[in-house]
Amino acid sequence: MLGVHDVSVAFGATTVLRSVNLTVADGETVAVLGPSGSGKSTLLRAIAGLVPVASGSVTWDGDDLAAIPTHLRDFGLMFQGYALFPHRDVAGNVGFGLEMAGASDGEVSKRVATALEWVGLSGFEERPVAELSGGEKQRVALARTLAPEPRLVMLDEPLGALDRALRERLVIDTRRVLRAREVTALIVTHDREEAAALSDRMALMRDGTIVQSGTLDELLAQPADEWVRDFLD
Amino acid sequence: MRSVRWGRLAVAAVPALFIGYFFLYPLTRILLLGLSEMSFGADSVEARLVRVGWFTLWQAAVSTLLTLVLAAPMTWAVSQFEFRGRRLATALVTVPFVLPTVVVGSAFVALGWSESVGAILAAHVFFNVAVVVRTVGTLWSRLDPDLHDAGRVLGASEWKVFRTITLPLLRPAIAAAASIVFLFTFTSFGVVLILGGFRYATLEVEIYRQAVTLFDIPLAATLAIIQLVGVTGALYAYTRYQERHASTWALRSDAARQQPVGPNRILVVLSVMFTLLMISIPIAVLVARSLRPGAYAGLFEDDRVVGVPISSAGNSLLFAVIASLIAVLIGVMAAAVITERGGRLSRWFDLTLMLPLGTSAVTIGFGFIVALDWPVDLRASFWLVPIAHALVAVPFVVRTTVPTLRSIPGETREAARVLGASPWRVWREIDLPIMSRAALVGAAFAFVVSLGEFGATAFVARPNTATMPVMIYRLLSRPGSGSLAMAMALSVVLLGLTALVVLWIDRLQFGEIGAF
Repeated sequence: MLGVHDVSVAFGATTVLRSVNLTVADGETVAVLGPSGSGKSTLLRAIAGLVPVASGSVTWDGDDLAAIPTHLRDFGLMFQGYALFPHRDVAGNVGFGLEMAGASDGEVSKRVATALEWVGLSGFEERPVAELSGGEKQRVALARTLAPEPRLVMLDEPLGALDRALRERLVIDTRRVLRAREVTALIVTHDREEAAALSDRMALMRDGTIVQSGTLDELLAQPADEWVRDFLD
Repeated sequence: MRSVRWGRLAVAAVPALFIGYFFLYPLTRILLLGLSEMSFGADSVEARLVRVGWFTLWQAAVSTLLTLVLAAPMTWAVSQFEFRGRRLATALVTVPFVLPTVVVGSAFVALGWSESVGAILAAHVFFNVAVVVRTVGTLWSRLDPDLHDAGRVLGASEWKVFRTITLPLLRPAIAAAASIVFLFTFTSFGVVLILGGFRYATLEVEIYRQAVTLFDIPLAATLAIIQLVGVTGALYAYTRYQERHASTWALRSDAARQQPVGPNRILVVLSVMFTLLMISIPIAVLVARSLRPGAYAGLFEDDRVVGVPISSAGNSLLFAVIASLIAVLIGVMAAAVITERGGRLSRWFDLTLMLPLGTSAVTIGFGFIVALDWPVDLRASFWLVPIAHALVAVPFVVRTTVPTLRSIPGETREAARVLGASPWRVWREIDLPIMSRAALVGAAFAFVVSLGEFGATAFVARPNTATMPVMIYRLLSRPGSGSLAMAMALSVVLLGLTALVVLWIDRLQFGEIGAF
């Protein structure tokens, strides 16, 4: 179980996150929903250990992760722009995490094939990533994040860069993949429908802090303030 | 329309004749001479040639490798992080690159490192750090930082990310920088002549020695051919990597620098300090050693052998003015031809005009001595020095003006045409005003190049028209601590003049000094 306790993050003089509290139970999918610039991406980076936490703590099953560097946290993060490695083909991207974990070549290619199957891209192993379409890039990025089977999967605007028609299709695919693996997931998005479709529970974020959390029905029934009601409307 | 065509032809003919007569023709004469009399003679000569060739090659390779390694921390710091003084630090690193080779040689003599391989390698690193910082740093600053972060999240340590992601993505820029540094160090003349003593000579130095000291012109020609082969190889590698460089995708259009946090703060400070120390120590020592009593006063006294040393400053300035004028005239005409839409000459011109930049300066000077006795004997002419300088400087003028000319939309010219301007008036009213600033920057570059030029000047300068670099070399090669201090003093004067012009270029707000 992921725990975020009173976490604050500052870049120089500007505070980006202020006393954020959040938990994600095992097997649960939580969406952090908020307008752009509210600090959602920074929250994921802080959990991953990519940005230093000014105060508060990030825990897994109660253990503080402060001393654990990013690459040893066993978390997955899918980047908004996908961040596919341009010098590696699809298999080289999807298999990267497995290679880093020291899996044998045979093991890597077997699990790459499985991960590509999950996202419906079987046989794409040797494609150069530069030649993929936007939707294919999204799926490769998802497969790369899922392939090492991290204990927590974080998705930063997983469908943000795609056009509307593609989003509607991929939102269903993405949910199916996440549910089938029973992963513990934290999703960040500015899109209410996307948050509702992908998650069990949502947390609303504004100006670097969580305003309210609960299921969509709960939030709609009892919005904490005007802003929450307007934002969900 | 006929007069227009003749006008265009004239504009193309002037730079073509200039390059043809002062560059291609002498090069051909060297080739013919070297190939027809390619006899290595005695075994001892042959052994020396092999030794010189081998030394040229390995010192260039080691210099390149050392430069890459020692420039790495600075490249990382200024490309990845935003910090106070970053721009200043980057500008300071560029200073050695624009320094005359003779000044750099003197600086290392001042350090007491002469006649050693170590001094040569150190001077080469000093010179070329900027090439790596700028070439590799530009690409590195534009790599998407998410690629690094993605690697980290997927379980790669910092070192693994560097090896498996950053390094492969930077490879084209590293290769391009390496081939440029290799080219510069392979053709290194002034530094090696001053710091190598009699034991260490590159092909460039050996060509000079054979031709000027030992009068073995055919042997020098043979050496020049070997040299050309090496240069062509390095240039070929460079252009190939340049092309691949351009095809790298997944780059951001803007640099993505972040404030350094945690241990990176200390590492950035250390990297910058290390590099700035590395480049400022030789200059500081040079200045300190020049402050010996009487050194500067001595520059104004008549010497039986070298004359009044400071008079070389007058010669240098006069030559620099003439060379800049010639370079701007030729360069602007060439740029007009290169940028003319659909012009068949365009590409050919572009390539040919770049050649003098790649060819060694010594080969250019040597070519003048070998070839310019026809149709009239120009070899003792006053004009040889400024023409040689202009030849080396033309590429700089072309490189600064062509992009500006290309940036003028075709419609601007068409609008002027429709409004009744003749082709000449279009050029006069549109092209000329727009590119005049670029041409001015090109002229300033030409001025700096002329001030510092040594390789070609060493061949063609007459005793009474010595330039500052030639005078510094003469003072350095004389025994006695008095002339050594005077050499340092004159080096400081040349350093100051160069710095003034470079600062002025910077004031023109044209930024990027030494962008390749």
